[in-house]
Amino acid sequence: MAKVTFWEERCKGCQLCTTACPKKIITMASNINEMGYHVASVTEQKKCTGCGLCVIICPDMVIEVERGREN
Amino acid sequence: MKKITARPYSLRDIPFHYCPGCMHGIAHRLVAEVIDELGIHGRTIGISSVGCSVFAKHYFNVDMIQAAHGRAPSIATGVKRVLPDRVLFTYQGDGDLAAIGIGDFIHTAYRGEKITTIFINNTVYGMTGGQMAPTTLIGQVTKTTPFGRSVEINGNPIRVCELIASVEGVAYVERVSLHNPKEIIKAKKAIRKAFEMQLNGIGFSLVEALSACPTNLGLSPLEAVKWMEEKMIPFYPLGVYKSPAGGGLSA
Ligand SMILES: Cc1ncc(C[n+]2csc(CCOP(=O)(O)OP(=O)(O)O)c2C)c(N)n1
Ligand code: SF4
Ligand SMILES: [Mg+2]
Repeated sequence: MAKVTFWEERCKGCQLCTTACPKKIITMASNINEMGYHVASVTEQKKCTGCGLCVIICPDMVIEVERGREN
Repeated sequence: MKKITARPYSLRDIPFHYCPGCMHGIAHRLVAEVIDELGIHGRTIGISSVGCSVFAKHYFNVDMIQAAHGRAPSIATGVKRVLPDRVLFTYQGDGDLAAIGIGDFIHTAYRGEKITTIFINNTVYGMTGGQMAPTTLIGQVTKTTPFGRSVEINGNPIRVCELIASVEGVAYVERVSLHNPKEIIKAKKAIRKAFEMQLNGIGFSLVEALSACPTNLGLSPLEAVKWMEEKMIPFYPLGVYKSPAGGGLSA
């Protein structure tokens, strides 16, 4: 059980996280944030293993990953 | 659920001004994480330099001094000598450290000052618009080498780790890269070791982090990562260049 969330206001759309994700579930959303960047998002949340590699590469600390059991 | 959050205590919660895909943000986070993990937050003083990371003084949640261009190691020397129980680090770009500040840097290394230098090599002067740096690769097009850097006209690039690995006062030298998670994990270990050298009073320590400046390379962040893999890392081999236990290259 794992969950990845993006702090959209802070995302600069660099896409580095898309290369870091071993499951390749991070894609760029079609919507843009206030800074004018396409933000990173996850389509198939269920496939996230909670490895946190996207957290490690994000230069702007946009990503939060939770893993383990609910509660 | 266990949270893997990114922000260490030693970084303030302000958005970075860096361009999309710029790796200064990654380097800041690693340094801050190491400061947290070593429990030295209350006695660390950082010296930021001139370059895009000039605002590092706002981002790090520790005491910071902003040095004039190239002078960070000299400022760090002064502070460390007056307050020897503090942990001093400089954060410098390749223009700052290897061009205008190469004299300050080399003498600091030779004196074996017990400080730690984090050196961000992105092969250009990022802040001023992408002019050639001493670390610009042969053939690399920049604002001031429109036909590519040539050995005849511009000389050879400076490999900073190799340059100071043989210096006596130097305790630890490692070159790392910030282009993928595996290398970023190694980079953090290197930064930790470098700070430990200082904490153990062994001598000067340097971590050179290869980094991308997509804006001035004229590449997208993902293309810049590829460029690092194909062009930059072959010229700047990663590994430990000096450590007290001895140490040639450990790939
Ligand atoms: C004494 C002095 N000379 C020149 C400059 C102009 N200048 C500002 S930043 C810079 C180069 C910065 O490059 P680097 O250290 O590689 O940092 P980056 O922006 O690439 O991270 C220069 C030459 C200055 N600010 N002060
Ligand atoms: S100009 Fe280059 S070094 Fe400066 S913030 Fe942008 S990408 Fe980073
Ligand atoms: Mg630079």
